[in-house]
Amino acid sequence: MPAESVALPEMAAAAPAPVRSRRLPWIPLAIISAFVLLAILAPLLRLADPHDQSLRNRFKPPVWEERGTWTHPLGTDRLGRDMLSRIVWGARVSLAAGVVTVLVASAFGAAVGLVAGYYGGRVDAALMRMTDATMSFPVILLALILAVTVGPSFTNVVVAIAVILWARYARVIRGQVLTLMHLDFIAQARLAGAGAWRIITRHLFPNTLNTLVVLVTLQIGYVIIVEASLSFLGAGIPPPTPAWGSMIAEGREFVTSAWWVSMFPGLAILLVVLAFNLLGDWLRDTFDPKLRQL
Amino acid sequence: MPPVLEVRNLQTHLVTRWGTVKAVDGVSFSVGAGETLGLVGESGSGKSMTCLSIVRLVPRPAARIVGGVVLLDGEDLVTKSEREMQRLRGRKIGMILQDPMSSLNPVFSIGRQVREPVSMYHGLRGQALGARAAELLAAVRIPSPAERLRAFPHQLSGGMRQRVVGAMAIAAPPRLLIADEPTTSLDLTIQSQYLGLLEELQQRHGLAMIFITHNLGIVSKICDRVAVMYAGRIVEAGPVRQIFRTPAHPYTQALLESIPRLGARLSRLSAIEGQPPDLARLPAGCAFAPRCPRAVERCRVDAPPEFTVADGQVSRCWLNAPA
Repeated sequence: MPAESVALPEMAAAAPAPVRSRRLPWIPLAIISAFVLLAILAPLLRLADPHDQSLRNRFKPPVWEERGTWTHPLGTDRLGRDMLSRIVWGARVSLAAGVVTVLVASAFGAAVGLVAGYYGGRVDAALMRMTDATMSFPVILLALILAVTVGPSFTNVVVAIAVILWARYARVIRGQVLTLMHLDFIAQARLAGAGAWRIITRHLFPNTLNTLVVLVTLQIGYVIIVEASLSFLGAGIPPPTPAWGSMIAEGREFVTSAWWVSMFPGLAILLVVLAFNLLGDWLRDTFDPKLRQL
Repeated sequence: MPPVLEVRNLQTHLVTRWGTVKAVDGVSFSVGAGETLGLVGESGSGKSMTCLSIVRLVPRPAARIVGGVVLLDGEDLVTKSEREMQRLRGRKIGMILQDPMSSLNPVFSIGRQVREPVSMYHGLRGQALGARAAELLAAVRIPSPAERLRAFPHQLSGGMRQRVVGAMAIAAPPRLLIADEPTTSLDLTIQSQYLGLLEELQQRHGLAMIFITHNLGIVSKICDRVAVMYAGRIVEAGPVRQIFRTPAHPYTQALLESIPRLGARLSRLSAIEGQPPDLARLPAGCAFAPRCPRAVERCRVDAPPEFTVADGQVSRCWLNAPA
């Protein structure tokens, strides 16, 4: 067999690629922890009151600019409120909206996906058509409708986003369940006398956890952006509660004279969303390299 | 002593786009305690469907049991509710599937998976539960069971995993054990070890066992009786030695001739001519007639009933009709 003897040295030369060590993504983790800590500890930080208005101190620039003072390190906005304090308090809103929404959506979506994939047939068809319909509905539009009819609030933002977002989870988890259902361990569980509830909770659900964690992390960033967009449009968190989106909107008219009013909340969004996306990518590559499409 | 399992005239139909398929078409057999029945046949002959019908796990909604009775210790399983069946599966009927690579849940340790049925059947908790799980692994000859309980499926070989599946199947222990080609994907040496293990477990618990396979070598090794299936029917059944020595049905004869034998001076193996039949379009008479070298006109018109050939041996072939 000449072909084989030729191939062998070549194969020996191509030594197995060293397994790339998966180092923790320190930078995203640091950014996320920093924002989470700030958000949790906001009341203890002895910052200026984010609601305190002072018209004499309007549009104070950040400390490194001329006229800047250490009393307002990141300057003040149009009503003289402290930017740093508002960004820290805004982190509470953004992170809470992101986490709560994603948890609600993923719990509901995963449940739908598990049920659809497990029962198949008509149940699956009905649930998946529902999912398709949901995914075709724009989040912003629903949030605007809610804002107009019931008025903007934190709860409405969470509801508006979660009501649409669950469909993604349903679809991904259902796809995974369909593959799992063909594996013998599910049949074996059934043969051992397990019922639907036991198979779904003890056998299917744990096998989808990796995917769920990855998806949840990736989606937190997305939800923070959507929440910021809604607040920017006035359909999100109502003033005077500091929210990054509405802060950008407030500074919009003064970008040329007081750039910091829009810039800092924008930077905060950028950092947090980027960190969540990087962490999500890392989780995906580590846990579940098959999920490239997410 | 009455048999543990008695199947009478079982009929399972599959509704497909191409018509109704009689996957199991009037199958009858029985298995006693401590006895092993080999269920032999080509792919699609209805072996697995017969066993899935017994545990009432035929693929819904396409498949449906349309007739017959399945008596387990005298109780008919066909008329039981799904809830009652759940209580019987595992507790009364254990089953081992073919693929050891996917028959264990990849995310849980062996211990957690072995403990699950034990706690379900016996309500054991804590230390007693762990001890019983280790005992089960020891019973299937897994070395250092206490350590293996902490292992995950991917850390075990195929043979080891199949042993774990065996341990879970006998956790109750059941009255009937159905093994659906459990050794097909194992190495030959591991295969015979596993067969030995199954025999040992069967003896210890007095299990009735159904062994599905297409490997006649395995049948001759561990089965007491054998039933040969073709196109959803049992075409020949009887004691293993008798069937191997004097097969009555041409299909059984052809199957036996297609086993390669050491020292036999054959220029080539004899294969069975033709394709397995399309179950949606079975011929009017005997399903094997189109491939049968000895088919006569009558075979293509009338389906043969069951004829008793010898003591305990039956065959569905006109050749065996009493003169």
